[in-house]
Amino acid sequence: MPIQVLMPALSPTMEEGKLAKWLKAEGDAVKPGDVIAEIETDKATMEVEAADEGVLGKILVAAGTEGVKVNTPIALLLGEGEDKSALAAVATAAPAGNGAGSPAAAAEARVPAPAIAAPKPTAAAAPAEPEYSGPTQTQTVREALRDAMAEEMRRDKTVFLMGEEVAEYQGAYKVSQGLLQEFGPKRVIDTPITEQGFTGLGVGAAMAGLRPIVEFMTWNFAMQAIDQIINSAAKTRYMSGGQMSCPIVFRGANGAAARVAAQHSQEYSSWYAHCPGLIVIAPWTAADAKGLLKSAIRDPNPVVFLENEILYGRSGEVPKEGDHLVPIGKARVVRPGAHVTIASFSRMMEVAMAAAEQLAKEGIEAEVIDLRTIRPLDTATIVDSVKKTNRLVSLEEGWPFAGIGAELSAVMMEQAFDWLDAPVVRVTGEDVPMPYAANLEALTLPSPAKVIAAVKASLYRS
Amino acid sequence: MIAALQRRNAPSPERLLAHYRTMARIRAFENAAERLYNEKRIPGFVHLSTGQEAIPAGVCANLLAGDQITSTHRGHGHTIAKGGDVGRMMLELFGRAGGYCQGKGGSMHIADFAIGMLGANGVVTAGLPIAVGAAHAAKLLGRDTVVACFFGDGAVNRGPFLESLNWAAVYRLPVLFVCEDNRWAATTPTATMTAGPGIAARAEALGLRTASCDGNDVAAVDDLAGELVREVRAGGGPLFMIARTYRWSGHTSADAGAYRNADEVARAKADDPLARTRAQLAGLGVAVHDLDAALAAAEAEIAEAIAAAEAAPPPRLADALGEVQDIGAPVFAAAGARP
Repeated sequence: MPIQVLMPALSPTMEEGKLAKWLKAEGDAVKPGDVIAEIETDKATMEVEAADEGVLGKILVAAGTEGVKVNTPIALLLGEGEDKSALAAVATAAPAGNGAGSPAAAAEARVPAPAIAAPKPTAAAAPAEPEYSGPTQTQTVREALRDAMAEEMRRDKTVFLMGEEVAEYQGAYKVSQGLLQEFGPKRVIDTPITEQGFTGLGVGAAMAGLRPIVEFMTWNFAMQAIDQIINSAAKTRYMSGGQMSCPIVFRGANGAAARVAAQHSQEYSSWYAHCPGLIVIAPWTAADAKGLLKSAIRDPNPVVFLENEILYGRSGEVPKEGDHLVPIGKARVVRPGAHVTIASFSRMMEVAMAAAEQLAKEGIEAEVIDLRTIRPLDTATIVDSVKKTNRLVSLEEGWPFAGIGAELSAVMMEQAFDWLDAPVVRVTGEDVPMPYAANLEALTLPSPAKVIAAVKASLYRS
Repeated sequence: MIAALQRRNAPSPERLLAHYRTMARIRAFENAAERLYNEKRIPGFVHLSTGQEAIPAGVCANLLAGDQITSTHRGHGHTIAKGGDVGRMMLELFGRAGGYCQGKGGSMHIADFAIGMLGANGVVTAGLPIAVGAAHAAKLLGRDTVVACFFGDGAVNRGPFLESLNWAAVYRLPVLFVCEDNRWAATTPTATMTAGPGIAARAEALGLRTASCDGNDVAAVDDLAGELVREVRAGGGPLFMIARTYRWSGHTSADAGAYRNADEVARAKADDPLARTRAQLAGLGVAVHDLDAALAAAEAEIAEAIAAAEAAPPPRLADALGEVQDIGAPVFAAAGARP
């Protein structure tokens, strides 16, 4: 039985594309990995590789054909010992279309391994962020987070909050102020010091129809619970073949506070961003903290929501009217500039902005991007910026090895290589556990001075 | 500890025969899984519950359709007893399209949320907090769901055992903890690695009432579970049941279990829960023909499941990237960028 070569998809959302050209003709021998055709969409071009050895028996879709649906057979490959007479059998046996309805056809058909052209920049499937021009109020990040939870708990009775000290004590960092009074002890639940237990409990409650918000006093203590976050929450949907999502938000303070040393000063973005199945959000401003937490609570996926102790007390303008939702998966250009792009998130945005101010005085205009969502990463916004500035400095509080900056470097190699005028420069926390002494702690954290030096290195200035 | 229960509700012959059918289906499934693994027709880690069939059969017979269970790495019996589809289970063991997890889970991750089976679990004790969370959700939602939480004797030495029992007791949640004490924690005799006076004492220390039964006597399991489930459903809070049994096979199908004393294994096999139930049924006047028919039906069902699974196509390659999140599949990570 000849093997069907199917129209491949460049991305999960691609439905159809143009069969641009054939690189092999009928009768040509092909080996696995040989490029046999090129397909195009409005976004990218991809080579189609043969997955099997054989002879190209028949081309079913002519070069130049537009609107070829994904999984349509585009050619037939004759296997060893087969001649052209075998093609007739296919004409009757294989249904038109992708054959997905027929197990036999599906088994026979081979989806060619994409020869993998440039990965498409992603801005996730996020809706556009609405412009807000109404009245605002000045709020701390702490208040904005509380309001986000309160609004979502009013809106959806299945949302509840649990964690150590979230109820009677109103939160170790006072984020849950007033929630017990408004929603009562059934929906604002004090837990024992039992991270693995209550994290697993949250997963069970999500499986049973609730939308838990699990507060970790800080993310440092979530290491006790990482088994449940990764092995249960993140993998539920995949492992169950799509039967069940796990709608749950894990939130709490992340990163270094001040002088609390190694076990209480860790930045977890890259730990969780590594894991498929999780959404990872790390907001900076009060408005984003509110809008992203509301989106996270409504999201059907498990969300790791990384707050910051120092940012809790920072104030900003927050929309006062309407339902303030910030889309997950969208970065924000906070400060435009032409000479270099600085990409950062969470508290390091303060460092980035301070550095940009200083650089402006020296005539260097930095474009500063707040990533906001770490996974899925809005690579489109970063790539667009770098196409303009031709330089990228990444800035994060966490460790350098396999950090977010390492990921951004790889993205630049894959998607913006020809636009780069300098290597990506990473500014990170130093590669050591957090020291206790004030001078040592300051030394290990990124600073505006380090960012300025990195920017200048990227511009080949001193 | 609840005093040894009188057999107040000795099961009717019909109920006992239904248990026998369930146990026969589990036994046939496990025997087939073992054979298929040895013949290299199915891969992976396959943890068999052969010899432990009476516990899921007796417990799940007391659960309603809306009740939920959590299971373990040794979970085939729980899925079958809760009403799972052996065809979709077998497809999953073969890693084929149409399996419970579309071929992405395998033996250790079979779940059927539609029947309240919240998942096998490859991590010892991980199911306990999940069960307690489901019970907490039931309480918050005002449902009278009962969650039966199956786990082995090895689980009592892990931290989440304490965390889960404590929480369930504090909030008086509708959980029936079912400890299947098969005496072996992977390849280690549990007794040699468990301090103190035993499993029941740990649960009682947290204020849970416990009761134990002969886990190879399905009538005893049914009777005890029936009483405990009724009490849990009536708001009696979490209860703890220990069913004593024995794991006939090694820890996984790849483990011959040679570290065990041959006499111990032989004695355990002589205490076969199926044979005991068969004898009880014969004593109640059930015809041998009907008993044989139950076994034959189970064998036929499993044979059909195997044939269907082997004929089924593998999962579509494109599906490897699907069902990760609700926002659509990731794009294949790519090399050779070409702007």
